[in-house]
Amino acid sequence: MYKILEKKVMSETVKLMKIKAPIVAKKAQAGQFIILRIDDKGERIPLTIADFDRKKGTITIIFMEVGKTTKQLGTLKVGDSLENFAGPLGMPSEIKKYGTVVCIGGGVGIAPLYPIVKALKEAGNHVVSILGARNEKLLLLEKEIESFSDEFYIATDDGSKGHKGFVSDVLQEQIDKKEKIDMVMAIGPVIMMKVVADLTRKYDIKTLVSLNPIMVDGTGMCGGCRVSIGGETKFACVDGPEFDGHLVDFENLMLRNRRFIKEEEESCRLAGV
Amino acid sequence: MAVRKTKHEMPEQSPKKRIKNFKEVPYGYDKETSIEEAKRCLQCKNKPCMDGCPVEIDIPGFIKCIAEGDFDKAAEVVKDKNSLPAVSGRVCPYENQCEGVCTLKKIGEPVAIGRLERFIADYEREKGAKIPKKAKSTGKKVAIVGSGPAGLTCAGDLAKMGHAVTVFEALHAPGGVLMYGIPEFRLPKKIVNSEVNYIKKLGVEVRYDMVIGKTITVDELFEEYDAVFIGTGAGLPRWLKIPGENLDGVYSANEFLTRVNMMGAYRFPECDTPVKIGKIVATFGAGNVAMDCARTSLRLGAEKSYIIYRRSDVEMPARNEEIEHAREEGVVFKLLTNPVKFIGDDKGLLTQVECIKMKLGEPDDSGRRRPIPIPDSEETIKIDTALVAIGQSPNPLIPQTVKGLKMGKWRNIDTDEDGRTSIPGLFAGGDIATGAATVILAMGAGKRSARAINKYIKSKK
Ligand SMILES: Cc1cc2nc3c(=O)[nH]c(=O)nc-3n(C[C@H](O)[C@H](O)[C@H](O)COP(=O)(O)OP(=O)(O)OC[C@H]3O[C@@H](n4cnc5c(N)ncnc54)[C@H](O)[C@@H]3O)c2cc1C
Ligand SMILES: Cc1cc2nc3c(=O)[nH]c(=O)nc-3n(C[C@H](O)[C@H](O)[C@H](O)COP(=O)(O)OP(=O)(O)OC[C@H]3O[C@@H](n4cnc5c(N)ncnc54)[C@H](O)[C@@H]3O)c2cc1C
Ligand code: SF4
Ligand code: SF4
Ligand code: FES
Repeated sequence: MYKILEKKVMSETVKLMKIKAPIVAKKAQAGQFIILRIDDKGERIPLTIADFDRKKGTITIIFMEVGKTTKQLGTLKVGDSLENFAGPLGMPSEIKKYGTVVCIGGGVGIAPLYPIVKALKEAGNHVVSILGARNEKLLLLEKEIESFSDEFYIATDDGSKGHKGFVSDVLQEQIDKKEKIDMVMAIGPVIMMKVVADLTRKYDIKTLVSLNPIMVDGTGMCGGCRVSIGGETKFACVDGPEFDGHLVDFENLMLRNRRFIKEEEESCRLAGV
Repeated sequence: MAVRKTKHEMPEQSPKKRIKNFKEVPYGYDKETSIEEAKRCLQCKNKPCMDGCPVEIDIPGFIKCIAEGDFDKAAEVVKDKNSLPAVSGRVCPYENQCEGVCTLKKIGEPVAIGRLERFIADYEREKGAKIPKKAKSTGKKVAIVGSGPAGLTCAGDLAKMGHAVTVFEALHAPGGVLMYGIPEFRLPKKIVNSEVNYIKKLGVEVRYDMVIGKTITVDELFEEYDAVFIGTGAGLPRWLKIPGENLDGVYSANEFLTRVNMMGAYRFPECDTPVKIGKIVATFGAGNVAMDCARTSLRLGAEKSYIIYRRSDVEMPARNEEIEHAREEGVVFKLLTNPVKFIGDDKGLLTQVECIKMKLGEPDDSGRRRPIPIPDSEETIKIDTALVAIGQSPNPLIPQTVKGLKMGKWRNIDTDEDGRTSIPGLFAGGDIATGAATVILAMGAGKRSARAINKYIKSKK
């Protein structure tokens, strides 16, 4: 059993939890994820490792309540325990000195971006961060990410904070302004990652994205998480979750992520969440 | 008295009834039938049947006890060699193993060894299994990676020898394929759990959520354990590699069966994990895995369930019993038929599969006749779910993370007969070493490795 040590409400639908999981914390690296199961009848869901503390043996998760499992998770309190918590899974981000890097986080994708921003800064990069959300209330971890960034920008759809519009607008400005951008890292809704990748492709800027297909085991056994990368089938749970954004078939990912929408709605309706 | 030439029938649920539930299909022998069947055994002096059993059960020995009505003694004889008899008594391909070499085959059907093993295992389980005496503690520790039949058997045997054994399992449940692959109606999960509990009672500790290579590496295990056994199976699904395979509606057999069995999707929404099954399901492949997919589909409410296979019925790798059960339940076999592409609608939902007819040519490397496409014989079949069950490759996670481990041709771990790998103290067995095979071969490998590990530890000092 894995105990919830801390819980914080980040925004209306986003919550943060610190979970006691010393062996996971010992190995965790930026870019990796865990799979948890709340109880005996629960679904296995993947969540990114948003932060970790090796000394205290804790893993931080930040999740958006979108369906049955995440909503149920949101109702748990400090002191409650999770039945399963396996990780760290997936390949870590490739952290090294690139030069100038632009880190883009959209919505709940801001959470997994945080440890990457931190690690890239510590590796000596010039870090430009761009956070985006529908409105100001949905922004996360602003202060934390800003403190590890050399430049920091915000974009909201409704203009309630920062630039009114999309993160890709801010990225375009940066591309126009900067002499050279060595790498772009984008995590967020599939459509956001697609737009970013389409933009950077034109300028031939290396772009990494972190994909979130539906998963079951997370060990490479079921193939449910398969994504098409440059025409090749890869398993996001073991080969990813980060891939070259210019090679990802985003249309297929969007399609495959809708596979169980009807069933998920039914599950929420019956559970009254 | 002349010996009866045929096995006693095993009663089972009627096909019409059973395709509406997930309950076990055969009911098993009762006491009287078991005794009668046991009496058919000739008690051959040279015990040919035993040569066919990878876990070395004293077959005439336990059958004699059944014939005499001493079921407790029979259970003791079986358990002496086999820690998972309720499992092997159900899914062992005994027709190719012990029963395949039974002397009675010369005049008719062999003794129903598998059914008798199942009877005795169930008898003992219902009564409450006795825990055998353990050897004195050796103070040595062994780590087992993976809780499939190979790992569990190796763990049980090492515990009986007096070693402290810990099993590291990546998932949240034990059993490997026994839990996530083989369906409830062939191997009830209650039975797998109780066999695992028996292993635990022998003193084995099982730890879940332990993805070795990620959570802990094999090198780190060696810091704490005297030897390590790898039984991580052949979990990597193979694909047809044809266009449209990533459409919504195409699953690997593993994903489909895992959702239904391990995650309990057949009890959705009581269990949270969903599975979507259409009206017309096509399963590709004709092994045990394929039969399980096709039969599970019917139970989930599919109106039509096809098996599509590129060779003919004689080459089908599944056990005859499984093929027979599938036929009775109404699975439609489309043989000498090979898929060439999946077709979807504008929303990306699978709607059809295009296939081409095949004929058989000369035998290939596997000794089976090679299928050759017949030009201009394409046809499209309407389907809304496709299950790809054309085999699995060894799981690459461990090999990727152990430096200097010698690998075989098929990305399997290279071992000798007793499971020794190229690294001293590191052993491997089951599907990870042989490629996808059978439960009983995995158990046999676990058993031989346990002996070799015992020897290794004792010689090390
Ligand atoms: C590697 C990875 C990292 C992720 N990190 C985060 C994170 O840090 N924070 C966060 O809020 N979300 C994250 N997600 C997404 C998160 O896993 C899903 O939101 C969650 O599984 C939804 O479960 P649910 O039962 O609440 O919703 P459901 O009602 O089941 O589904 C809602 C939506 O979530 C997606 N989904 C459903 N089941 C799964 C599954 N088993 N795996 C992946 N997606 C699924 C579906 O596309 C669906 O549209 C991550 C996903 C992946 C693959
Ligand atoms: C659907 C299906 C039906 C079958 N039907 C039959 C049948 O009727 N008769 C028969 O004899 N055979 C059958 N087989 C084949 C048989 O199940 C396998 O040959 C057998 O289970 C192999 O045993 P194993 O112990 O080597 O591996 P597995 O049973 O595959 O177990 C491996 C275990 O290791 C775990 N693992 C993997 N990687 C790691 C890691 N890195 N760290 C920790 N743990 C890990 C896995 O989660 C799993 O629990 C069937 C197979 C399938 C898929
Ligand atoms: S384990 Fe298999 S081979 Fe051995 S006696 Fe039982 S059925 Fe026969
Ligand atoms: S070969 Fe057949 S008849 Fe002979 S001892 Fe074995 S089970 Fe009995
Ligand atoms: S989640 Fe099953 S293979 Fe990736």
